[in-house]
Amino acid sequence: MTYAPSHFTAVLLFATFASVVFAITQRSSPRAMVKYGLYCWALFVGSVIAASWLMYFIRK
Amino acid sequence: MASKAQTPAAPQTQGFAYSALLLGWLVPGAGHLLTRHWIRALLLFISITAMFALGLAMQARVYAPNTGDPLDMLGFAGDLGTGLLYFIARIFSLGATTVQLVTADYGTKFVVVAGLLNFVAAVDAHNLRIGRKS
Repeated sequence: MTYAPSHFTAVLLFATFASVVFAITQRSSPRAMVKYGLYCWALFVGSVIAASWLMYFIRK
Repeated sequence: MASKAQTPAAPQTQGFAYSALLLGWLVPGAGHLLTRHWIRALLLFISITAMFALGLAMQARVYAPNTGDPLDMLGFAGDLGTGLLYFIARIFSLGATTVQLVTADYGTKFVVVAGLLNFVAAVDAHNLRIGRKS
């Protein structure tokens, strides 16, 4: 079986799984875990989008 | 008058203190299972195993023990973090020996990061076991 996702799909998958692990290991209460997990996810995806636009303008 | 600082007594762990660390390394989430954190264990197992499996499905390179390129040695150290999943992948020759597709490079990173995240999860399980974290 071969799976060939797009770059953005790979980013979304990576951000989701990494954020779950970061949230569970870096916070103690369930509420704090959810908040920290969403924060990490937003940072992962947001930084990729920001870097993509930056590269787009550099190339232009 | 200065009051005496009250420090809580360290909880006594029953049995081998590093069992959660070892079990958590061998099977993702198993360390948390040992400390009776069922939901955390399930989420860690799903996240780390899915990341590893998706990496292999993307034709990831699975690093073998080596003494050559330092990056290959670091890749091996990262892969080893997945514990039994790594040994299963090696025994059944899963993954690719060289990166041939664009997505295979993503896959290689997925497998390495799954291993590194499992190290973090295993240390967290150890902290729960010895009472350093609640």
